[in-house]
Amino acid sequence: MRSNRAVEVSTGLFVLLGFAALFFLVTQITNRELSTNGGSYGVQAQFENIGTLKVGAAVSMAGVTIGRVQSIRFDQSVYKAVVDMRISSQFDRIPVDSDASIMTAGLLGGQYIGITAGGSDEYLKDGSRIEFVQDALVLENLINQLVASFNRRSDTEGDNQGSKSEETKQ
Amino acid sequence: MSLLQEIFENLRNFVATIGAVALFFARTVTQLPRALARPGLIVDQIHNAGALSLVIIMTCGLFVGGVLGLQGYDLLQRFGSEDALGTAAALALIKELGPVVTALLFAGRAGTALASEIGLMRATDQLSAMEMMAVDPIRRVVVPRFIGGLIALPLLTIIFIAIGIFGVQVVGVQLLGVDSASFWSQMRAAVEVSDVMEGIIKGCVFGFACSLVAVYEGYTAVPTAEGVGRATTRTVVISAVLVLIFNYMLTAVML
Repeated sequence: MRSNRAVEVSTGLFVLLGFAALFFLVTQITNRELSTNGGSYGVQAQFENIGTLKVGAAVSMAGVTIGRVQSIRFDQSVYKAVVDMRISSQFDRIPVDSDASIMTAGLLGGQYIGITAGGSDEYLKDGSRIEFVQDALVLENLINQLVASFNRRSDTEGDNQGSKSEETKQ
Repeated sequence: MSLLQEIFENLRNFVATIGAVALFFARTVTQLPRALARPGLIVDQIHNAGALSLVIIMTCGLFVGGVLGLQGYDLLQRFGSEDALGTAAALALIKELGPVVTALLFAGRAGTALASEIGLMRATDQLSAMEMMAVDPIRRVVVPRFIGGLIALPLLTIIFIAIGIFGVQVVGVQLLGVDSASFWSQMRAAVEVSDVMEGIIKGCVFGFACSLVAVYEGYTAVPTAEGVGRATTRTVVISAVLVLIFNYMLTAVML
């Protein structure tokens, strides 16, 4: 009787383990929290276009990961993507006029936020907003601009000024 | 002339075997409702086929995942896209490696045990004794083992995949330094529930094939020591071949 009970218990454990593994697969445990030993602070930036940036993507300076993207949402009042980042507290001397741009890692890699230091004496702190941003490059837009600039050029024989202003408008 | 005859003979045997397996399966199905009335027997067999295979499945899953991590990293870093390691390894594990390797291990660990157990029952006249007591050996012996394998293999497959992904993570993220968040977030972005379903469907089909082959080979074993041994060998060989053939067909259908 007891051995029968043991069989049932181990079978039950096996089945439970199977379902636990299934749950793991379906929800794909994602450890999105930045492993911040010693705290972190939040910084915000608004982008016109974030491309394929994902929550959990790296925030890096000079190629070194200093934080993570915590959340991405769309702000309807300004029609921009608002990206919240958490930056590890040990990097507490990032000038407020630094600029954030969305870059792509490698050929097939994901996108990340690269921060380039500015020259200000004031530093980013919790709740700061990075004002200088550069959007993700969207290939179609680039090609459209290229085609438009070629068309303009052939129309007005080398009028660079025209195509330049069109690019900046984009 | 004699060669042609031999080929014809073999072909005839092959078709006859398929017919015998189909009839055997039909007998199994007709006994299904009455066998289900005794769930204790089925639980015992899930224990035998599943819980007892757990250690080997988990160990192999860990190492298969680990080697995927090594090879995947080596390949992907040539393109500067190590971040795709999670995606590549997870899809490979969920769709192909998980179901196939688990089924092959299952055939080796549980399939052989089933075949030799039933074969020995046949060789020691236990099956005949049951018939004499008006107990249908198909209902009492075959169906619980078949159902047990059918339930155990998909569960083992899922466990193998989960452990395998853990193995990829250990090697890729902890040892080789792939970015943890990219690893998980790209994996999450690329893997869909339908992919997991594909793995489970494969697990079910392989479970069906491996269990049926094992119980059939055991049940029809020649009742001698040599016959039981041959039945065990045939179980592994036929299961492995069937798994690989079915795997190709299922992939072609579901891709």
